[in-house]
Amino acid sequence: MANIKTSEKKTKSQAMGMHTEVLTGRTQQKFFNPDEAENFYYFGTYDVDFNKRTDLDVKDMTAAEANKKIDGLMSEGYGTIVIKNPQGKHSLGVGILNKLNLIFEGSLGYFGIGSCDGPIVRINGRVGWSCAENLMAGKVVIEKNAGSCFGAAIRGGDLICKGSVGARTGIDMKGGTIIIGGDAGAFTGFMMQRGRIIILGDVGINLGDSMYDGTIFVGGEIGSYGSDAVDAELTSSDQDWLRRKLKVAEIGANFDLSKMKKIVAGKKLWNYDNLEPTEKKGAI
Amino acid sequence: MCGIAGLIHRGKSSNVGSELQGMLQALKHRGEDSTGYALYGDTDGKNFIMRFKVGENVGEGSSSIVEDISVYDERKKIVDQTLSELGAKIVKEERTLPYSLRYEIAYEKKDLLEFSQKIESIPGVEILSMGKSLEVIKDLGNAKAVCDRYSLDKLIGTHAIGHARMATESGVDIKSAHPFWGYPFSDVSVVHNGQLTNYWNNRRALENKGMRFMSECDSELIAVYIAQKMREGASLEEGMKDSLIGLDGVFTYFVATKNSLGMAKDTMAAKPLVLYESDELVAMGSEEIAIRSVLPQEINTYDPFDGEVKVWQI
Repeated sequence: MANIKTSEKKTKSQAMGMHTEVLTGRTQQKFFNPDEAENFYYFGTYDVDFNKRTDLDVKDMTAAEANKKIDGLMSEGYGTIVIKNPQGKHSLGVGILNKLNLIFEGSLGYFGIGSCDGPIVRINGRVGWSCAENLMAGKVVIEKNAGSCFGAAIRGGDLICKGSVGARTGIDMKGGTIIIGGDAGAFTGFMMQRGRIIILGDVGINLGDSMYDGTIFVGGEIGSYGSDAVDAELTSSDQDWLRRKLKVAEIGANFDLSKMKKIVAGKKLWNYDNLEPTEKKGAI
Repeated sequence: MCGIAGLIHRGKSSNVGSELQGMLQALKHRGEDSTGYALYGDTDGKNFIMRFKVGENVGEGSSSIVEDISVYDERKKIVDQTLSELGAKIVKEERTLPYSLRYEIAYEKKDLLEFSQKIESIPGVEILSMGKSLEVIKDLGNAKAVCDRYSLDKLIGTHAIGHARMATESGVDIKSAHPFWGYPFSDVSVVHNGQLTNYWNNRRALENKGMRFMSECDSELIAVYIAQKMREGASLEEGMKDSLIGLDGVFTYFVATKNSLGMAKDTMAAKPLVLYESDELVAMGSEEIAIRSVLPQEINTYDPFDGEVKVWQI
């Protein structure tokens, strides 16, 4: 267990007032020092060559076997891996903390591409619930539809579904961008804290319910607004950003962006202020 | 958690027993306390098929009380006598297991309420299904175990729904297993994944209207609720749409009749459902892998939205 104590040795972040204590014990805070950069190792990453390509048929594999095999191929330097016959299996392509071109020729079940940081993933089929949950960075493109809780709690990266998605898309998201080419279900953006969601089609009831922050753009009809979700003015810079993002996502080329609705948090549900959490801590 | 699956062939028959077994077995990780099948077989439509039980499966994991098999024999005798008194003639009789029976019955009356009430007034006897096409088979264990026990893999029909159960709200026994027959309507069955939070309020109201509950499983409420709506003159689809307001909680459920299959999803969309739809076949399940067991090739599937009700005809 970690303990908290005040340290006399100041790190740079502490000197900036961001931390006043350190953790000791088995779990300790580690602060990045450029002088020791070579000693930092990001567990589970490999040097891969994007031109080194291979196929992997997972038809007769369990999810764990398939994921271990992907890891093994990355350790051999393969930078482009094509997964054949995923056949709706759950939890495929999870925990990849690497730059990687990963292509699924077929559909995934639940929790696909979960907890990833960095890969570029293209799925030619559909995905089930909770696709790309906790995505940190990278790009995930789904050619068909997606289930509920799409992009739950993502921190970064671009998550693109060219079809329609289920309920609670972007629930609890803390960063990144989710782009939907079709419609989205109820409670889209539920409790989102940061990041942006773009929906070109219609969206269901309770849009942006209890959202803390972030922005939702909707091109079609809105079933209803959730608590504290309010309209905001769509600026020209918003439209420029949307144009760039949709171009990257390869969808909505002819979409009239001036008709987009912009929804943000009204910030009436909580004691909002402009302080970052770390600043609040310092103030206390 | 529980898993549900269903399929309907449009314009043709198929080996629905085997197909549903594959779908439910793919969902066994969602619960294998019990598994149930509602199969709509090809019949000549003359006689009723009555699936009923005269006792419980008291095997490993069961929450039922052990009874002597001679008790089952006694109950069967009383059922036979009651059928005779009702003017029903047993055309064919099968006793698959000591506690589980299948009768083909020649019975002229259309109203099954009095019929069902008399049969179920016999202690320990429950009609699992009554219909001219429907057969509900449910027992403890996973899909393959139940399919093997009742030799369901050869059954030819047009559509079927099934349920893999993880018992949470009530006991591990056949009476709490799905599917539930839409008593007293011929050929109506229901499977459900979720939890109903206004079960007791609805149950008391429906019991006051003369509807019967055989278990304390909240899912049974859906079958009874829709049956009551149909008694009041609503169509199946109208009854299902009404249930989105009348039933509180989280649910995805399927209802099947002799000619149709329907699905409904609650307004929170809190329970999963993946759906494949074509001109020839509709297949749906709690997870895509259920559909993949009958359609291994790449297909287009989608999740129905919140508050969605759909009904397909054969």
